[in-house]
Amino acid sequence: MSLFDKFLPIQEARNELLKSGVNPFHITVEKIISPTEAIFNGRKTILVGTNNYLGLTFHPDSILAGQQALAQEGTGTTGSRMANGSFASHKELEKAIADFYGAPYAIVFSTGYQANLGVLSALAGPGDTILIDGDSHASIYDGCRLGGAEIIRFKHNDVTDLEKRLRRLGDRSYRTLIVVEGIYSMLGDRAPLAEIVEVKKRHGATLIVDEAHSLGVLGQHGRGLAEETGVEQDVDCIVGTFSKSLGSTGGFGISFHPEFELIRYTSRPYIFTASPCPSVVASTRATIRVIQAHPELRQQLWTNSRHLYEGLTKSGYILGAEVGPIIAAMIPNKELALAMWQQLLENGIYVNLMIPPATPNGECLLRCSVSAAHTQKQIEKIISAFADLSHVTQTSISPAHVQPDATLN
Amino acid sequence: MMSYSEILPQLFDTLKPFTKQGFRLKEQTELVAELGLDSLQVMQVLLKIEDHFDISIPLNNLPNIRTVKDLGEEIEKLLKG
Repeated sequence: MSLFDKFLPIQEARNELLKSGVNPFHITVEKIISPTEAIFNGRKTILVGTNNYLGLTFHPDSILAGQQALAQEGTGTTGSRMANGSFASHKELEKAIADFYGAPYAIVFSTGYQANLGVLSALAGPGDTILIDGDSHASIYDGCRLGGAEIIRFKHNDVTDLEKRLRRLGDRSYRTLIVVEGIYSMLGDRAPLAEIVEVKKRHGATLIVDEAHSLGVLGQHGRGLAEETGVEQDVDCIVGTFSKSLGSTGGFGISFHPEFELIRYTSRPYIFTASPCPSVVASTRATIRVIQAHPELRQQLWTNSRHLYEGLTKSGYILGAEVGPIIAAMIPNKELALAMWQQLLENGIYVNLMIPPATPNGECLLRCSVSAAHTQKQIEKIISAFADLSHVTQTSISPAHVQPDATLN
Repeated sequence: MMSYSEILPQLFDTLKPFTKQGFRLKEQTELVAELGLDSLQVMQVLLKIEDHFDISIPLNNLPNIRTVKDLGEEIEKLLKG
């Protein structure tokens, strides 16, 4: 038995997928055309699975800022900020994201994944407890593990279960970090943040909100669920990413606590990695200015989201959550979901195929993420492509494949 | 404070609905391998056990829990505080 034998089940699963002609988890974008279009298999395709919520990846200001930084500051920083020093632009980006949130302290990380690793592992260590929502993103689970705190999961969005677990902790609740997400990435549902804040206050715990999918999407200024709910002052830390609404890469943490600034001296994912490259930093700063200057982008995103949501509902799809930019059609089993995903791709529509174990409750999902850059015509094409799938659901899958308990497998 | 010997019968009762008809639970029964539970069912079992004993089982401890006995001992440890 070699180290590599453990990959055999993965190889078998991959081979099964390849039998169907396309591997949905290793697909190549042959050419990206715009925030909403790309070439797949030689075919022009509408992208509705990119998390490019505000459609800003090709914004001229962001491109120009990136080009100028590339020419003036070079291709990379070749090391960490602790060892090589911070570029002035790193500090300017930290000031820009802090100002955006109206918070005094911000730390920038090289990716969104590392932002969760960096902040969570530094905040909660041995002797501390972290209470995480059961549907948390992998970066939250990994960040908790890295810190060495005791990790307890509560039922997804269930404030009663959360409070029960805080009560069980007794005095230890004062050394407990609660972690929730603004919008959950798979189904698109939101944390009941007002109630969570109340529970957190009652038990003296600390609360962190991951606004990765809600930055640029929720709140009057696009700051996320905490702004939308009116509880920003009661949230201890916010983490987020530059790689969705802000269209670049990197992540950040912000806080009103002065001690937050000290995280950069203890956080391994901050210290032991190369700092963000200058062009990415410059593009991100430019895009923050764009979203501050153009709130109408958010309005357009919501108009588009309502359009797609209503269209899919009319076609009879069961959707994962209320209206929002993440619209997940729930499909009874893997085989059907794969057949539908492929048919959509052949019809020029790219969505995310999501299957267990990456999904909550063993769901199979055709996950759409809407963009402000989608045109009305594109949304209509997406709706029409989903409506045309009825023949796939009726003919492509034999009844033997549709098990009543298929979602458990 | 509940002892392991008091916990065990209650644990058998809580696990019983998750077993196939006729399956006889023992201390050495392997929870995943023998009961055939998938990850979703494991979560459901844990929630039920946590509520029954009014405890929270940390995720950090799950890799060490393979058998009913392991689970019983973990519950005993958590109840002791």
